[in-house]
Amino acid sequence: MIKVLSHNILRIIVLVSFQVFILNNIQFSGFVNPYFYVLFILLLPFQTPGWLVLSLGFVLGLTIDVFSNTPGLHASATVFMAFLRPLVLDYFAPRDGYVTGTFPRIYYYGFGWFFQYSAILILAHHLFLFYIEVFRLSDFLLTFYRVILSSIFTLFLVVISQYFIYRR
Amino acid sequence: MRNLIRFILNNHFIILFIVFETISLLLVFQRNNYQQAVAFNLSRNISGYVNSKIFSFRQYLDLYETNRALLKENERLRNSLLSSYKLKIPAAGDVEFDSAWDQQYNFISARIIANSVNKQNNFISIDKGRVHGVKPDMGVISGEGIVGIVTGVSDNFSTVIPLINIDLRISSRLKNTGYFGSLYWDGKDPETAILEDIPHHVTINPGDSVVTSGFSAIFPEGIMIGTVTGFDIEGGNFYNITVDLATDFRRLNYAYVIEDKFREELIELEKASGYD
Repeated sequence: MIKVLSHNILRIIVLVSFQVFILNNIQFSGFVNPYFYVLFILLLPFQTPGWLVLSLGFVLGLTIDVFSNTPGLHASATVFMAFLRPLVLDYFAPRDGYVTGTFPRIYYYGFGWFFQYSAILILAHHLFLFYIEVFRLSDFLLTFYRVILSSIFTLFLVVISQYFIYRR
Repeated sequence: MRNLIRFILNNHFIILFIVFETISLLLVFQRNNYQQAVAFNLSRNISGYVNSKIFSFRQYLDLYETNRALLKENERLRNSLLSSYKLKIPAAGDVEFDSAWDQQYNFISARIIANSVNKQNNFISIDKGRVHGVKPDMGVISGEGIVGIVTGVSDNFSTVIPLINIDLRISSRLKNTGYFGSLYWDGKDPETAILEDIPHHVTINPGDSVVTSGFSAIFPEGIMIGTVTGFDIEGGNFYNITVDLATDFRRLNYAYVIEDKFREELIELEKASGYD
């Protein structure tokens, strides 16, 4: 329990700094903005109660907001993603449920499972984020293009991280 | 009452979701870009400190480009110095008392400590604040052209809403014909903006300069904004002109905040006359 807690505190610090210090400073073309910090919500243990996931999502999003000068924007998107997480987990649950002591990672549930699970949540997060940011329908397709490109990039980083950092 | 408590307990997940979502969306939409400062005033000092550390590292990578830009600017300024001209007109100190020689604009140099180009509401933070004399609604320019307008000020830092923010409109003028219009960013490419309200009988050529109009008491007149790259007439009687911005927002390191010493007087006069 203590181990899980300390791991998650360390993870939130590393992910927020990585996002703020590195990813927010990479400005490719105005189209690709990876938001890798969502990995924190993806990797929370299965048993985390719903209210805690929502609260953590809110705090995480607000922290990113403070450093990127976008009050509320990331918080709303991350809360939305945290809200969907239990539903997506239920939908993709193996026949006899998730085994206690395992975590939502490639190591335990395989590439296919993890890819689908994270792709849906990342897409939901990015869709919410970019459309709330633009908040007009006139550039619908352009925004969609940005959503898709950024989601692909974030998903790529998330999957890669599974092989390099969280091998177990 | 017990039913209510049970209802809340049973649906706590959805209720909590709605509460959090409402708070964050209120934060998103309630902000008024010109006064937004207040809520994030505390965080600006913290994030300002962190951002200045990140940016001072990034600046090493840009040193070559920055030096060249500063050199170019120095060259231009030296060429416009009074002492570079053969004919001498009286300098400020030579005339006993004449309000024509009053200084109108004062420039405060600032370092950019945070910057973004890939959002719709991009923001810039600079390392000068209230103690340095920066106030909200002052203009910010770089060596190449205009950058934006100061929105929020804390003691040591300020936030600037740059030209590449969909909420900003700048009164601008075609340099060679003098017709003025309103310039805004369409949220697509951080290198181009749109100039509208220019009537369609005006002759426009690609390459024409677009400069500030000087109507807003924020920017002095005639500061470079960009050059015309293309135009079309959409519907009515006005052009839709694409302007290639002079300032490279991706590579912005230094800027000047402009203090207009007569601004208060002008605003008071306009208020007294019933304009706004």
